[in-house]
Amino acid sequence: MHPWLLALIGGALIGLSAVMLMALLGRIAGVSGIVAGLLPPVAARDRAWRIAFIVGLVCGPLVVLAFAGASPIGPPVVSLPILIVAGLLVGAGTALGGGCTSGHGICGLSRLSPRSLAAVAVFMAAGIATVFVARHVL
Amino acid sequence: MRSILAGFIAGLLFGVGLALGGMTDPSIVLAFLDIAGAWNPQLMFVMAGGVMVTFIGYRMAARRSAPLWDERFFTPTATRIDAPLVGGALVFGIGWGLAGYCPGPAIASLGGPYEGVAGFVVAMLAGMIAVRMIRRPGAQSLAAELPAAADG
Repeated sequence: MHPWLLALIGGALIGLSAVMLMALLGRIAGVSGIVAGLLPPVAARDRAWRIAFIVGLVCGPLVVLAFAGASPIGPPVVSLPILIVAGLLVGAGTALGGGCTSGHGICGLSRLSPRSLAAVAVFMAAGIATVFVARHVL
Repeated sequence: MRSILAGFIAGLLFGVGLALGGMTDPSIVLAFLDIAGAWNPQLMFVMAGGVMVTFIGYRMAARRSAPLWDERFFTPTATRIDAPLVGGALVFGIGWGLAGYCPGPAIASLGGPYEGVAGFVVAMLAGMIAVRMIRRPGAQSLAAELPAAADG
């Protein structure tokens, strides 16, 4: 199957996940928000479904590996120090901005939220600019 | 109990979707962001599939006054495009462009054989905790009007 068609199907499954969380539990499927709700200083009261979601999330690519016979998980393409800096920025940025690619991207855009539209425009532009500088300027 | 089941199945679907979409491979993510290089539009298809299904599904879910297994919908109420939103998205985008991981794919990649992914995720959790500590209610007047994880 063409990777773009697989990507469309993959996206639809992510959408199905988001709809399921909303229809059953009334929650937004934003990974940064789901994770942040488990962290100090004040963890959310609804921790059980959050932990279950994260366990399922880790299992997902392993299910694909079991069926396809090849791992969909690619290796990191930057060194450990860069990974750690990037992780700090992603964690701090999503906590400050109230969401990531899933919460603002998939769920927020589907809700036609102006905040999410602004966030998506900004993080897309920042991501593109960062890659441009890293690959074509430095 | 059923919230655990719903959470697990939703997480599993999400993880399978990310994997099929190629998002657990940071080289594909960075190729999507590299519009001046060998641009790969694959992530647009992930986004399109996700938004199409969610846009329709959310409207179907909203026909009920409450979700099936909880008493109300916990949807974000903030509407103002403010400095934390824009600044946070900017910082997040830089981190995303540096390594090619956003939170979902990074966590979904923890099951793979690469230690660097765990380094990214631990740093990400530290970044989240740091911001939540600084912005905890009472620590700053700003925090009071912005609940944790306001949007997603």
